[in-house]
Amino acid sequence: MSKASHGIGGLTYDPAKKAKPPELNVFLALVLITAAFELIGRLFMGDSFLFNTRENVDAIFNWPRLNIIILQVSIVGIIALGVTQVIISGGIDLSSGSIVGATAMITMSFAQTALVNGNPNPKAIFGEWAMDLPVLVPVVVGMCCGLLAGLVNGALIAYTRIPPFIATLGMMVFARGASRWWSNGNPVSFPTESYASIGKGMMPVVIFVSLAILFHLILSQTKYGKHCYAIGSNEQASRMSGIKVNNHKVLVYTIAGILAALAAIVLSSKNLTAQAGMGMMYELDAIAMAVIGGVSLQGGRGSILGTVLGALIFGVIISGFTFLKLDAYYQEMVKGAIIVGAVVLDQWRQQGRAKG
Amino acid sequence: MSDIILETRGLTKHYGGVHALSDANFTLRRGEHVAIMGDNGAGKSTFVRQITGVEQPTRGQIIFDGVEQAFDGPIKAREAGIETVFQNLALADDLDVPSNLFLGREKFRFKLGPFSILDKKAMLEATKAALEKTAVKIPSLSNTIRNMSGGQRQCVAIARTAAFKSKLVIMDEPTAALGVQETAQVENIIRTLKEAGEPLILISHNMRQVFDLVDRIVVFRRGRIVANLRKEDTDGQDVVAYITGAKTGSEYEAA
Ligand SMILES: Nc1ncnc2c1ncn2[C@@H]1O[C@H](COP(=O)(O)OP(=O)(O)O)[C@@H](O)[C@H]1O
Ligand SMILES: [Mg+2]
Repeated sequence: MSKASHGIGGLTYDPAKKAKPPELNVFLALVLITAAFELIGRLFMGDSFLFNTRENVDAIFNWPRLNIIILQVSIVGIIALGVTQVIISGGIDLSSGSIVGATAMITMSFAQTALVNGNPNPKAIFGEWAMDLPVLVPVVVGMCCGLLAGLVNGALIAYTRIPPFIATLGMMVFARGASRWWSNGNPVSFPTESYASIGKGMMPVVIFVSLAILFHLILSQTKYGKHCYAIGSNEQASRMSGIKVNNHKVLVYTIAGILAALAAIVLSSKNLTAQAGMGMMYELDAIAMAVIGGVSLQGGRGSILGTVLGALIFGVIISGFTFLKLDAYYQEMVKGAIIVGAVVLDQWRQQGRAKG
Repeated sequence: MSDIILETRGLTKHYGGVHALSDANFTLRRGEHVAIMGDNGAGKSTFVRQITGVEQPTRGQIIFDGVEQAFDGPIKAREAGIETVFQNLALADDLDVPSNLFLGREKFRFKLGPFSILDKKAMLEATKAALEKTAVKIPSLSNTIRNMSGGQRQCVAIARTAAFKSKLVIMDEPTAALGVQETAQVENIIRTLKEAGEPLILISHNMRQVFDLVDRIVVFRRGRIVANLRKEDTDGQDVVAYITGAKTGSEYEAA
C-alpha cells in the first residue's frame, strides 16, 4: 500500500482482522445443549446421556445413542442441504416433504420384487414388466420426479413472479395429493434386495455426509454457490451485475427437488415401503435445521456446515427428550418453539449488525 | 477512430405513462469529463440505465466507440467497456470485497458451467491491485461489506470499475452520502481518471465538485436535456437557472 497517504482518514488496512465464523456459535450451542442433557440426566435420571454406563460394554461413549441421533437426522438432513441453498438465495421451499411422499410412492413402484416368499407381490403396482428391474431404474425415475417438481417450483418463481412461499405451498398440496392418488392411498411395498440396500444400516448417514461435503464445496467454491449468496443478499444488485437471476433460481429449486427425491429413495429403501403420508412435515424440520444452523431467512447468510450442525442440534434435542422419557407431544411443542426461537435470534443478529 | 466515445440519438424511455427520458441527444468525447445535473426525478439515473444495458430504451440509438449498440444486459455494456458506479451501488452486503468486485464476472480455475470453480486467489490479488490503483483502504478484504461505512462501500463500488479495463466510466451520485474526507477521496480518484485520459460521466448535485472536476455540464429537466454548457461559459447561478427551469438552452427551446 504505497499510496497510504491518500487513504480515508482514520482507517487502517488490517488483513488479519477477520470476523469469527458464525458456525462457531452454532457449535457452542450444540455443546451446551448436549451438556445440559448430560447434567439433567445425571441429576434426575441417574444415567448418562452421552457416555456409556453399561458395565458389560467396553466403550467410553454411548455409541448406540449417538448412532441413532445421527441416523434419524440424516434423511431430513439431505432435504435440509437443498433447503439451505434455497434459503441462502432468498427463497423458501415448503414442498420438500410432499415431494418425498410422491417420489417415494412412484419410485417404489419401479423397485418392486416379483415374488415375496414364493408368492406374487401382493402390493404390485404395475405388471410383470416392472418387477425386479435393475436398481438404477427406480433411482433414476425418483430423481426425475424430484427434478420435475423442483423445475416447476423454480419456473413458477422465476418467470411468473409468484412468491416462493405460495409457489411451493401449491406444490406441497399438489404433490401430497399425487402421492395419495398414485395407488389410491395404498402403501407400495416389497422392494428388490438391491433397492433395499440403499438405505440399509448406516447407509443414510454415509449418503448424507457425502452429499453434505459435496454441497459444502459447491456453495463455497463455485460460481453457483457465490451467486446463491449474491442473489439472496441483493437480488437487484445481482441482476445489475449481470447474473442471470431467473436461470439461477430455476436451478436452485431443481436441485432442492432432486435432493428431496434422494431423501425419498433412502427413506423408502430403509423402511422397505412407501406410504402416501411419507415425509409429512419434513419441510419444516429441514427449514428448522437450516435456521438453527444460522441460515438467515432473509437470505444471503448461512452455510452447509451450519446446517449440518443445526441438524445435529435437532437430533440431540429429539434424542434428549426420548432419553428424559418425555412424551412425543412435548417434542413437537419444543420443536415449534425452537424454530421460532432460531428466527428471533436471527432477527436480533440482524439488528445488531445494523447498529454496528 | 472517431473522437467521440459515446453518442445517443433520440434516446427515450417510458415507464408505462411516465416519460422518464425523452429524446436525449448526448455526446461525449474521448478523455472528456462531463457532469449531468438536474433535480431529483429529472431522468438522470434513467439515462444511465439505458446506456449501461440495465434497461432497454423505448426508442433511440446508442453509439459507443463507433458502433451502434443495443446492450441486452449490463454484462454486455461492461464487456464493451462501460464501467458504472450505480446510484444504489449494486453491491451485495453479505459478500466480501473481492466477491463484490467480481460479481457476475468471476475468475475461474476451471470452467464447468454453473459449477465452475472460482479462482479466489486471483480475484484477491486483482482486488488488492485495484484498491492500490484507486488508493482506497478497506479494513479487511475477507469480511463482508455489511458493516462498512458509506465511504468504504462507495470505494468498493469505484474500485470495481478500476479492476477492469474500461473505455468509459459512469458514476451516479457517487458522493451523495459521503462525509467531507470521503468525498475528497472519491474526487481524487476522479482526478486520476482525468490524468489517465479516461472519459467520465459524473452525476452530481454538488456544484463545487462539478466545477472542480469536469469540462462540461449537461442539465436534465423532466426527462429532457435542457442545457449543454462548457464550464468556462457558465457559473453556478446560471446552472441553477437551467435546473429549476428559469432558463432553457437556446438550441433546446423548440422541445
Ligand atoms: N422503474 C421505474 N418505473 C416507473 N417510473 C420510474 C422508474 N424508474 C424511474 N421512474 C421515474 O422516472 C423519473 C426519473 O427518475 P430518475 O431517472 O431516477 O431520476 P433522477 O436520477 O434524475 O433523480 C421519475 O419520475 C421516476 O419516478
Ligand atoms: Mg438518480
